[in-house]
Amino acid sequence: MTEQTRASPAAAAGAPGGGSSPAGPEPVRAPRRIARPGTITAGLARIGGTSIFAVRLVAACAPALARPSLIVQQIYNAGARSLIIIMLSGLFTGMVLGLQGAYLLSRFGSENLLGVAAALSLLRELGPVLTSLLFAGRAGTALTSEIGLMRATDQLTAIEMMAVDPMKYVAAPRFLGGFIAMPLLTAVFNIIGLFGAQLIGVWERGIDPGAFWSQMQSSVVFRDVGEGIAKSLVFGFVVSLIAVYEGYHSEPTAEGVGLATTRTVVASSVLTLLLDYMLTAAFM
Amino acid sequence: MARPEPPPAVANGVSATPPGSAAAQDAIVDAREVHYSIGGRVIFSGVTLQVRRGRITAVMGPSGTGKTTLLRLITAQAIPDSGQLLVWGRDVSKLRSREVFAMRRRMGMLFQNGALLTDLDVFENVAFPLREHAHLTESLIRDIVLTKLNAVGLRGAAHLMPAELSGGMARRVALARAIVMDPELLIYDEPFVGLDPIALGVILRLIQKMNEALGITSIVVSHDVKELATIAHDSYLISEGRVVASGTPQELSEGGSPIVKQFMSGSPDGPVPFHYPAPDLCAQLLEGAGE
Repeated sequence: MTEQTRASPAAAAGAPGGGSSPAGPEPVRAPRRIARPGTITAGLARIGGTSIFAVRLVAACAPALARPSLIVQQIYNAGARSLIIIMLSGLFTGMVLGLQGAYLLSRFGSENLLGVAAALSLLRELGPVLTSLLFAGRAGTALTSEIGLMRATDQLTAIEMMAVDPMKYVAAPRFLGGFIAMPLLTAVFNIIGLFGAQLIGVWERGIDPGAFWSQMQSSVVFRDVGEGIAKSLVFGFVVSLIAVYEGYHSEPTAEGVGLATTRTVVASSVLTLLLDYMLTAAFM
Repeated sequence: MARPEPPPAVANGVSATPPGSAAAQDAIVDAREVHYSIGGRVIFSGVTLQVRRGRITAVMGPSGTGKTTLLRLITAQAIPDSGQLLVWGRDVSKLRSREVFAMRRRMGMLFQNGALLTDLDVFENVAFPLREHAHLTESLIRDIVLTKLNAVGLRGAAHLMPAELSGGMARRVALARAIVMDPELLIYDEPFVGLDPIALGVILRLIQKMNEALGITSIVVSHDVKELATIAHDSYLISEGRVVASGTPQELSEGGSPIVKQFMSGSPDGPVPFHYPAPDLCAQLLEGAGE
């Protein structure tokens, strides 16, 4: 006989127990895996579970907006605390672009196009994709482990017992924080990346700064910027959703939280690259 | 305050109070032949008990008998496989999500580990239910929170974060949070574990005082027979998925069944085995000796 749990959104959330008795600490409220990981059934169940969770999460976002301080706090946690790694990565990515671009373009006598090449690479591809991968590793894992630990220490159950829906108080603000932070971080990555490309192209390789910027200004159109923004919004949605989902449904043990964190990084990275291909093809 | 009339003593899991009786009508929690299993393992096989209004009801039993699970059923965190579990006259298995939340607003629950929100300080943890449900001014919230914290002796710790508290302090804060909305029903899951004697005495008196002064109904799940005996009006002993005895703590102490005697006296010998089922120790040791 299987355990029955209430099918309501709130009831599906709690992690009960904490009991010393064998009957107490079981991870009752977390939806159970239907089949062993690795099977097709498990994969489909996972996709289905994530989709249903996504609908519930989006529905919980409107009430969560009534608590703007929580969302601002999560934007700070997911965004501001990721700034250093994003800025450093953006700088080095731009510097590599400057080196490689200048080398490649010099073979065709087109070094002055370095600004365009760097801008298009960053705005359309590298900015959104690398930011998403870094975001998954930095903020996504933090989200998953935080929510997973809240489950393991009965905090989600306590919130439920205080007649507050954890979807609205815990999940939605964190999801919104990540979703809003991603495009902002992408913008920072792009700006710093362009600075890095200019640093190498202009200062080291001697490309004319006027040509670097004017070529960029004349060749980059809003569609290029729009593609990057669209990608960062999609990646922000997907990575934040996965991070919150995995934390919310993690087993309430140290091992369970660790596994959920790993799943967040793996799923986010693979989906980022897959969706990048699909979006790029769609924008062509 | 005069002690209310105790429930009829039972043995062998027979129904404690017939449905429709005065006691059943006065019951805030009325469980009738509740069955519940987890993953094929039977936790309850026909539990029948009543928690009556304005009384302190103790739920006792050996480890692993599902005392915490019973609280989860009462609070609608899980639903029984069969049987009927009425809380304030409503069958919890038939409540909608909104009704479950409405029911929980009338309850307070103290978790074994406190379950404080780790990103909020002590003050904000206690203020959390007020901020979510009561539209009060900041000054009134402050006064209520400080009053509740004072009741558990932690007014001076209002600024501390949960990570800075000892286990006992965390549970006292959790108690302050559980009573901040002045609930009609307070549920305590192992409230005495890890408390020093002073804190234990304070919590005991607090449970009793809230019952006597405010008429709050309490359910206390605990192993601490002696402590419970001083405050509980009714008590139930659960073993092997059923209520094996009920009555006043005094009646249980003088109970006749071997299970009750063993549990109340804390004896390792008796019908409740101390050891988890295992092969003979000598045989198992000799089995590995040849390797």
